[in-house]
Amino acid sequence: MSDLKNSTADIAKPNLFIDTLKRFFDSDIFYSFCHSPVTIIASLLTLLIFVSALGAPFIAPQNPFDMGSLDLMDSHIPPVWAEDGDSRFLLGTEDQGRDLFSTILYGSRISLLVGFSSVSFALILGVSLGLISGYLGGAIDAVIMRIAEVQISFPAILIALLVDGVLRTLIPEADVEQLAITVLIFSIGISGWVQYARTVRSSTMVEKNKEYVLAARVIGIRPVFIMLRHILPNVMGPVLVIGTIHLAVAIVTEATLSFLGVGVPVTQPSLGTLIRIGNDFLFSGEWWITIFPAITLAVLVLSVNLLGDWLRDALNPKLR
Amino acid sequence: MNTPLLNVENLCIEFPTRRGTLVAVDDISFTINPGEIVGVVGESGAGKSLTGQSIIGLLEPPGRIAGGSIRLNDQRIDNLPENQMRKIRGKKIGMIFQDPLTSLNPLYTIGKQLIETIQTHTDMTVTQAREHAVNLLEEVGIPAAAKRIDHYPYQFSGGMRQRVVIALALCVNPLLIIADEPTTALDVSIQAQIITLLKKLCKDHGTAVILITHDMGVIAETADRVAVMYAGRLVEVGLVRQVVKQAAHPYAKGLMNAIPSLTKRVEKLTQIDGTMPGLKDIPNGCAFHPRCPDCMDICREKRPELTDIGPTQVACWSYHDCKH
Amino acid sequence: MTANTDTAPLLKATGLKQEFDVSKPLLNRLLERKPRQFLTAVDGVDFSVKPGETFALVGESGCGKSTIANMVVGLYKPTSGKIYFDSIDMSTIASHREEMKLRRRMSMIFQDPYASLNPRWRVTKIISEPIRAFGLLNEKQAILDRTAGLLRKVGLSARDGDKFPHEFSGGQRQRISIARALASEPEFIVCDEPTSALDVSVQAQILNLMSDLQRQFNLSYLFISHDLAVVRHMSDRVGVMYLGRLCETAQVDDLFNNPLHPYTRLLIDTIPDIEMTGRERTPVQGEIPNPMDPPKGCPFHPRCPLAEDHCRTTQPTLRSIGEGRSVACHAIA
Repeated sequence: MSDLKNSTADIAKPNLFIDTLKRFFDSDIFYSFCHSPVTIIASLLTLLIFVSALGAPFIAPQNPFDMGSLDLMDSHIPPVWAEDGDSRFLLGTEDQGRDLFSTILYGSRISLLVGFSSVSFALILGVSLGLISGYLGGAIDAVIMRIAEVQISFPAILIALLVDGVLRTLIPEADVEQLAITVLIFSIGISGWVQYARTVRSSTMVEKNKEYVLAARVIGIRPVFIMLRHILPNVMGPVLVIGTIHLAVAIVTEATLSFLGVGVPVTQPSLGTLIRIGNDFLFSGEWWITIFPAITLAVLVLSVNLLGDWLRDALNPKLR
Repeated sequence: MNTPLLNVENLCIEFPTRRGTLVAVDDISFTINPGEIVGVVGESGAGKSLTGQSIIGLLEPPGRIAGGSIRLNDQRIDNLPENQMRKIRGKKIGMIFQDPLTSLNPLYTIGKQLIETIQTHTDMTVTQAREHAVNLLEEVGIPAAAKRIDHYPYQFSGGMRQRVVIALALCVNPLLIIADEPTTALDVSIQAQIITLLKKLCKDHGTAVILITHDMGVIAETADRVAVMYAGRLVEVGLVRQVVKQAAHPYAKGLMNAIPSLTKRVEKLTQIDGTMPGLKDIPNGCAFHPRCPDCMDICREKRPELTDIGPTQVACWSYHDCKH
Repeated sequence: MTANTDTAPLLKATGLKQEFDVSKPLLNRLLERKPRQFLTAVDGVDFSVKPGETFALVGESGCGKSTIANMVVGLYKPTSGKIYFDSIDMSTIASHREEMKLRRRMSMIFQDPYASLNPRWRVTKIISEPIRAFGLLNEKQAILDRTAGLLRKVGLSARDGDKFPHEFSGGQRQRISIARALASEPEFIVCDEPTSALDVSVQAQILNLMSDLQRQFNLSYLFISHDLAVVRHMSDRVGVMYLGRLCETAQVDDLFNNPLHPYTRLLIDTIPDIEMTGRERTPVQGEIPNPMDPPKGCPFHPRCPLAEDHCRTTQPTLRSIGEGRSVACHAIA
């Protein structure tokens, strides 16, 4: 086969990275994105909340997590445009004297952190278990899937509450505050892996019988590499869709848990905490404490959901 | 021959996409006489199934008829509203699909489906329709038809299911049946049974058939005439024997020679180099010219029309020269 | 192309048997008190492939020909029976190293050109996978040169290596698949219906390419197909399968000029052929039995025109009748 070893020096190598970029801008997904105004608005809103959350230390006039900078005298001030408004506090203040605008920025930071981390955790756990379950089958598959079925028969929020509660009692009192966010991420993550596992399992069972996987098995590639290199990239489409929609769910779950008072510590209020605090003062006419965080949460969740819906349609060739 | 049963003139089928409109079927004309079996052969993507779907009005959107006309017994059917087309479908034109599973409703017994179809298009009573259905099932060779009529599709094997589908297509004596790859999903020994059956029934009922398949062997055995399609165009239409033995168009010639024979062994199969162009890069002039061994200057510039060359019609410039 | 009859076979299978467990899940079995159920896909098949030869297995769907292909390349472990490659019993190989050494010498071409290439990989990566897996070349540039050479070998251009599979037509994809099969410089290639998903004009290109490559590299093919005309064109020897058993093996010309087993005759008679325009015929009736519940005796007897009482009770064995020809039929003396 010596004549196979001809040189390829004469061929100008196109840059594969640029090629990939070109392919992306030429792709159907990019096209459908550009032709869906709702998606563009949703992604702009999401981006806005992201950037302002990430840039909170630079944008916010006050650090609401710094207890030293708070002044109880400033509490319960309505927004600027109201009669008793104070020009220092754009959206007014809450009961501890925190600037509401700053707190919302910092709060969405926590919401997004918890959302992203718990989704990543659920995604990695669910995808791995789904791959193993679908590819190996047999007893392992049966065990994983039975556990998944038991879990899915309870509402996710209940699981998150349960895990959260159990972990909090297991952790020494002194560390609870410090570990609160980690615990929250773990509980929300563990409550959401089932969907990923089930989806990945069924796609894996389809992919593993395709001939490109057989071709890899024929040349003796080990199962773990087949799963990671061959099957995983081909089952990620639906996972991304679930992930996006799950992000919205996770943010709402975090808000719910914080609203119930078992989420993040009060010293670091998230959007959920703010809504709860405001709830206490809603009937005394101090509507702003609840309404502004609630609007932010609603806009964030709605935008992320719209993005997820669009992604699902764009990746589904039947609907195109 | 008297008036043709089906007259397709200058039919064009387009698919609008975001990168422009793709012409999937480009200006094809042909006729079908009553009781005649016409084979349509070509590679996948040549537009043969789309032609069949457009005749029966089942073209899937976004595909659309962009020009030309389809006449059944001198009545235009390509621009009928859906409710009128539905009456023609089934009553005058029947359809047999490749996969018998998809054309039968798995939730109803085959008897119910047959009787319903018969009653939709005739004014028979249930008893009469049932009797007719049993007769039909016997005719298509289903053993113990009176008993089997109450069975569900899953209780039949692939070959038997395709027989049921044929019965369903024939139950109101349509004038024309469009059979789209009717034997492709079946095993070879079953395939032979179905072809023989289809041929016999259509002869008995006087039904014309458009037989769409990529299997030249099936067409050679079943059809009276054959139409060869390439890249959405008709390149040759003629009597089966003529086309198989002495194809005129270089593509049809190449196609016939590329088929390995059962009776003689050759050292090397004749092959046509290259591949059929995709819909978005069909070349100017004759669509076949880049692969054609006898390509001339004119082939690159002007598209040849389908013209009578003796008993067959061919779209090729090399024959135009002979004529003038 | 006909191989010397004296040479030792490159691949030899004896008493090959494959049972699939088609039982219901454990819980259902316990509750419904049903035993385990097995489907015998391949039942005691013997054959051999000599160096440089094409041996074809032909039969209808469900006859077990693809199962044999999968056993030969190691995708399934035979329930019983042995496969020898170059006189080495494949079941006795213990170490991964030894196994890889043997696997390098064989490869496979698949049926569906749309499913046999990973849609997310570029062609170069697809073709070079065997080179990397067997550690044949390590340097990046050497691998690139090699894949470019392979692409040219199968009639594509070296530039095609940077593309993705969806940018190619079915025939071109099958060429990529062949290039991948050649990448490890094998001696033996299992071809599982390599052209049945292709159009005839493309099929001719691929079959010609496969013949050229066979001559050039002295390859042996195990050629699986349901298309008798293709088998007639490609193979040196043919084995006809029915319901998991071989019913006839013969040199290709003997088989087609003088088929002995009634099933072989049926197959040859029923294939639509372009030479037979307007032919009237009476096809053999009956259907392929359910492999879960095969008929007693000779599996073909319900459809056989020659069937006698004897055939309904006793299963015929594959007996040699000389000239490299074997038949499993009571009616053939």
